[in-house]
Amino acid sequence: MSAAPEHAPTIAQTSLRERFAPYAPGLLVLILIAAGLIAIPATSSWLTLTVSGLAMGMMIFIMASGLTLVFGLMDVINFGHGAFVSVGAFVGVSFLLVLEHMTSAPHLLWNLTALMLAILGAMTATGLMGWAFEKVIVKPVYGHHLKQILVTMGGLIVVEQLIIVLWGPEEIYITRPEALKGAITFAGAALEKYRLVAVGIGLVVFVAMRWTLRRTKIGLIVRAGVENGEMVQALGYNLRMVFIGVFVAGSALAGLGGVLWGLYQEVITAHMGNQTMILVFIVVIIGGLGSVEGCFIGALLVGLMQNYVAFLEPKAALISNIALMVAILMWRPMGMIPVVKAK
Amino acid sequence: MSDTHSATPILKLEGVFTNIAQYHILQGVDLSVPRGEVTMLLGRNGVGKTTTLRTIIGHWRAHKGRVLFDGEDITKLPTPAIARAGLGFVPEDMGIFGDLTVEENMTLAAVSGPIDQARLQWMFTVFPALETFWKKDAGTLSGGQKQMLSIARAMIEERALYLIDEPTKGLAPAIITTMARAIKELKDQGASILLVEQNFAVAKALGDSASVMDDGRMSWSGQMRDLTQNADLQERLMGLSIEAH
Amino acid sequence: MLKILVSGDTPRSPILLALLIVILIGLACAPFLFPGVRSVDTAARICIFIVLVASYDLLLGYGGIVSFAHTMFFGLGAYGVALASTHMGRGFDSLLVGTIAGAGLAALLAFMIGLFSLRVRAIFFAMITLAVASAVAVLVSQLSSLTGGEDGLSFKIPRALGPAFKFTDGEILGVKANGKLLKYYLVFLSCFALFLFMLRVVNSPFGRVLQAIRENDFRAEAIGYRVVHYRVAATCLSAAIAALAGALYAVWLRYVGPDTTLSMEIMIDILLMIVIGGMGTMYGAVIGATLFVLAQNYLQNVLSLAGDNVSTWPLLPELLNADRWLLWLGVLFILSVYFFPTGIVGRLREK
Repeated sequence: MSAAPEHAPTIAQTSLRERFAPYAPGLLVLILIAAGLIAIPATSSWLTLTVSGLAMGMMIFIMASGLTLVFGLMDVINFGHGAFVSVGAFVGVSFLLVLEHMTSAPHLLWNLTALMLAILGAMTATGLMGWAFEKVIVKPVYGHHLKQILVTMGGLIVVEQLIIVLWGPEEIYITRPEALKGAITFAGAALEKYRLVAVGIGLVVFVAMRWTLRRTKIGLIVRAGVENGEMVQALGYNLRMVFIGVFVAGSALAGLGGVLWGLYQEVITAHMGNQTMILVFIVVIIGGLGSVEGCFIGALLVGLMQNYVAFLEPKAALISNIALMVAILMWRPMGMIPVVKAK
Repeated sequence: MSDTHSATPILKLEGVFTNIAQYHILQGVDLSVPRGEVTMLLGRNGVGKTTTLRTIIGHWRAHKGRVLFDGEDITKLPTPAIARAGLGFVPEDMGIFGDLTVEENMTLAAVSGPIDQARLQWMFTVFPALETFWKKDAGTLSGGQKQMLSIARAMIEERALYLIDEPTKGLAPAIITTMARAIKELKDQGASILLVEQNFAVAKALGDSASVMDDGRMSWSGQMRDLTQNADLQERLMGLSIEAH
Repeated sequence: MLKILVSGDTPRSPILLALLIVILIGLACAPFLFPGVRSVDTAARICIFIVLVASYDLLLGYGGIVSFAHTMFFGLGAYGVALASTHMGRGFDSLLVGTIAGAGLAALLAFMIGLFSLRVRAIFFAMITLAVASAVAVLVSQLSSLTGGEDGLSFKIPRALGPAFKFTDGEILGVKANGKLLKYYLVFLSCFALFLFMLRVVNSPFGRVLQAIRENDFRAEAIGYRVVHYRVAATCLSAAIAALAGALYAVWLRYVGPDTTLSMEIMIDILLMIVIGGMGTMYGAVIGATLFVLAQNYLQNVLSLAGDNVSTWPLLPELLNADRWLLWLGVLFILSVYFFPTGIVGRLREK
């Protein structure tokens, strides 16, 4: 054979790989689901685990999305983000306790209305708190990572302690609204109703967020700001106002995540937010700091991995996610969807 | 021409000092940009031309001195306020948002509302390539197309003054001609332009007046034709002469 | 002579010098000056936390790197000693083996984490260490057959360090001359030596390069220093010393458990000590650790007294509850980072 035909496939291969690269992270989710199917003996358990993995992933995404956008936009890393998750859970649960007459009846519409009211209350509270947190804690330390980490960590401690002051030091046990208890059976697999609701809410948030980022001017400003904030300002947009808006929205989403997570665990503590931050940080790192899509895919990977491994070997669950992070950083050191900064 | 000269200049810098970290980049810049003219900002690399533009738009802060836009002191205004006062900025690195499509880049550039369709059509006659690649990610464009987009973005809304930093850097001659034509059309619409340019042929073709910088100060200001006709002056100010180009 | 001992890094402030001398004398003579189980225990904790905080300062104050895994390294040393003593039987050889294994493992782990995160971005380090340290803490409480889980491990240390051992008859200056006294001085002298060693490190060329990197890593790289190499080396050294401190803590307590070594609370304590004492000076660790441990042991009493006095007010008693002292420390912490970023030592040196 002459040299030419040997050459041609090599070129084709490179271009194929280049074309394939943007879709690789998404495919990774499918590969993981397939691997789960192979590793887990019974298909019905696999289906149950996949749904709970997706539910968990959606909740982590909701909590992590604000964190990653805040970083992308202003290079601010908020180690106190977990505080919003805790506060959201406590406010939401307080609402649910007040609305007990609505949650205790096995009436789906009433139950969902109560849940929505609780979510609304929690998001309002954490949104306002985010606004204050940004003003008091974050603003004085712009552009200084070391101080940001220290000060936001300090903020987390204070907020956790204030939760204990207001709600007491004991963990609070809660039951899910009556109609969301139990499971439905689908193809021989038991799918918990609440997890299906969590997947639904997660999808709504993701689609709404994508729509906002793609189709609205605010979204354009945010996306452009992540890439080159200076130029956005030179066009005439006040990036600081946009940033405050994103910070507040991210805090409100963390609050939503807190309500969902609290009902998922059926117990809430002041430290729950910081505990979820372990997975949240893994997700934003493997997704690529600043990337919402990367965060979404990363959250699904982490949620699925956690559930599959916990089924196969319970003690290895958290370690498996550390291993996942290591593997992804070896593959792409800046995360799956790295955000390229103009400067 | 005489009445525009007598009016207040659209932009005036008075003794501007700008430090970046411990470096004193601008050391007392005085600059005047007359209304409705193309003013060239010339000088060798590293004398502070880009810093001057960045100080005007507010990316760097003047530590001393004043920047007056249309008679108003804008020295301490935040960048977005300066831009909305009527300044369009085309930075040296073009500042394209590569993750956004050409359309999204332009939508974002239309600060005060939806894109003005008449102006957009005019835009397309100046830069036909942008219409072709309207829905493509700006990051996938060629260097010349990115430069076109960068200028088009500044032009999509009417501005009193455009700050344009080296629009022809690294471009092919055919594209340079397109750029020059775009700047000319902007001027014909009545805008004032402060243009940093290394390509002396372009400077000669476009410039009405000129200011030459050296070592953080203005070393010469006057009419462009006085500079183009005086090879000794060019040699002295910039270490080059027209013959070299 | 003294100047050589502190590697030329003098306190440079008369008040600071006086404070340091008081602390040194206090710790050196603690069993004689403050006899009593609780006060000697406090003194030993101060010694150990000075080393722990100073080793953290190698990273934070000198390297400009935030780590949340310092308690993990601390715990590795402690568990190393505990496991070796449990499985090899009591004896100095098990202490040595456990200590070396713990410190080695800590350095290795630090090396791997550093390689993964510092190569890309220093900020990754903070997040990755938080994730890894939390995972290890969970793992330790899950693997209860090996680690004792939440209950931890109690183990026997060599007889020569126990209260039953008398190295001379009678008393020295009114204090029983038993193994407990020996144990205190083992802790004190080890900590003193480790502290002087760290003082030497930060004043060596290596320490100077670290500081140059902290000020401007871009420029340090441009001058020709491999920033990543220096940062990873600092991480390993810091981890190994933290593990040594952990080993001493385990010996002192004859016990190791998640709450005494691995918990996030201790990590936060370390942060508070370093910020209050002063980042980027070894003496800051001394001041910060001493004040903090003393406050932890005695200030809570004051708080509860204050809480009792306002018991008729709404919410105030809750805020002043002794269990809520972390709240006030958090506020103090934030205010310190804003207004006294150089801590007590920095303030004293300004004058």
